[in-house]
Amino acid sequence: MNWKHSIISAVALIIVWQVIVITTGVQSFILPSPLKVAKALWFYRELIAEHAWVTIIEVFLGMVIGTTLGILTAIHLATSAAARAILRPILVFSQAVPVFALAPILVLWFGYGIWSKIIMAVLIIYFPVTSAFFDGLMKTPAGYLDLAKTMGATRVRTLWHIRFKAALPSLGSGLRLAAVYAPIGAVIGEWVGASKGLGYLMLLANGRVKIDLMFATLIVLAVLTVCLHLSVDILARRLAKDH
Amino acid sequence: MNAAPGISFAGKASIDGAALFAQITLEIPAYQWTCLLGSSGVGKSTVLRLIAGLETYVEFNGDITASDAQPLTDRVAYMAQSDLLFPWLTVTNNVGIGACLRGEKPDTERAAQMIKRVGLSDHANKKPAALSGGQRQRVALARTLMENRPVILLDEPFSALDAKTRAEMQELAAELLADRTVLLVTHDPAEAARLAHSGYVMQPDQLIPMDMPTTLPARSIDDPQTLTTQNALFHFLRTGAQ
Repeated sequence: MNWKHSIISAVALIIVWQVIVITTGVQSFILPSPLKVAKALWFYRELIAEHAWVTIIEVFLGMVIGTTLGILTAIHLATSAAARAILRPILVFSQAVPVFALAPILVLWFGYGIWSKIIMAVLIIYFPVTSAFFDGLMKTPAGYLDLAKTMGATRVRTLWHIRFKAALPSLGSGLRLAAVYAPIGAVIGEWVGASKGLGYLMLLANGRVKIDLMFATLIVLAVLTVCLHLSVDILARRLAKDH
Repeated sequence: MNAAPGISFAGKASIDGAALFAQITLEIPAYQWTCLLGSSGVGKSTVLRLIAGLETYVEFNGDITASDAQPLTDRVAYMAQSDLLFPWLTVTNNVGIGACLRGEKPDTERAAQMIKRVGLSDHANKKPAALSGGQRQRVALARTLMENRPVILLDEPFSALDAKTRAEMQELAAELLADRTVLLVTHDPAEAARLAHSGYVMQPDQLIPMDMPTTLPARSIDDPQTLTTQNALFHFLRTGAQ
């Protein structure tokens, strides 16, 4: 993504938004003008920052834990035929349950604090990370494995030095998906039951008809998601650098 | 390096009950280049893979023995058409990957010597993506030398190279692998005529020995005996008559 293009698109969007507000004369509690939202963003900056921090922590920990579990599961699946036979149907079946439907249960079990949201983010990214990395591990070029075999390589070292390294671009693809899904998981968790976080702040602002604050929060959430996406994109490129 | 054994391959192979090749006997003399020619799908690579102890998806019925009656495992090095270099490793680390995969201490000094022997000292710290196809195959040759195995199995290692680079690689390989037992699988009659001490054409029902030049490999491309052999091989591959 080119920075200049992104800025031009953002500015164009704001202009269109302003034009719609002026020409339609829509009430500000339905669609506040960009200027009003900018004012709210400045006025409530401390409040928004406090709640944004909670969401950042939830998404970050969700990404780290979900990715770690995904990597470990993928390795386990790739190295054990028994694990593939037993775990794969469970994994696929688990995707038949909409993760959003689990949110109330997670809040019931893990409370209103950050852990129910972290677990929500973990659940939502676990499958894409596992699936992408597992696919990568199973697609090691056969010639590499032939070479390793004639060289008398051990199984563990073949896994680490060849299969794992060759699968890193696939892991990068999984992480890109995770970066899109993890904030969704955290915010849905916050909607269902929380006392902190940007999702909670949006609901709170909505309930008090502070629509400008709601939009300001939404924009911060969008910017955070874009930043996460860009950082993960850099990481994914690094993982695939030499492939 | 230990003494290079000769290899005796005798047997037949089938896939789901359908014969891939009938009972054949292939004698690969020690310290010589033996060349296996034949059309695609006839099972040349399968023979090589069976000797290498690699997966083949065929049912093999027969025996593969070394002339010293010792197992071949850990005495075989393998080079394929694809250079099989790991794109994330430098030339030096690719050459030393064997030790790394076995959990041994890498011998970087020896790796540097091998890289020097294939003429790539200036490229030791580059990654494969920065090298040409010919240079990459040189690295693969250095990696094969690094393994220091007495038996070398070559599965069309030069077929993806351009004519000039291929000729250079043939000469380099003949020079550097002269003191080993080599089995070369190839489609190319010219390659066989230049490199092999003995040559066979593989057919589904038999293995036919071919006359090879009596001079030492690697023979000059325009050597009359080499050209005659090349023509004879080509003629045989096309018509099936010697």
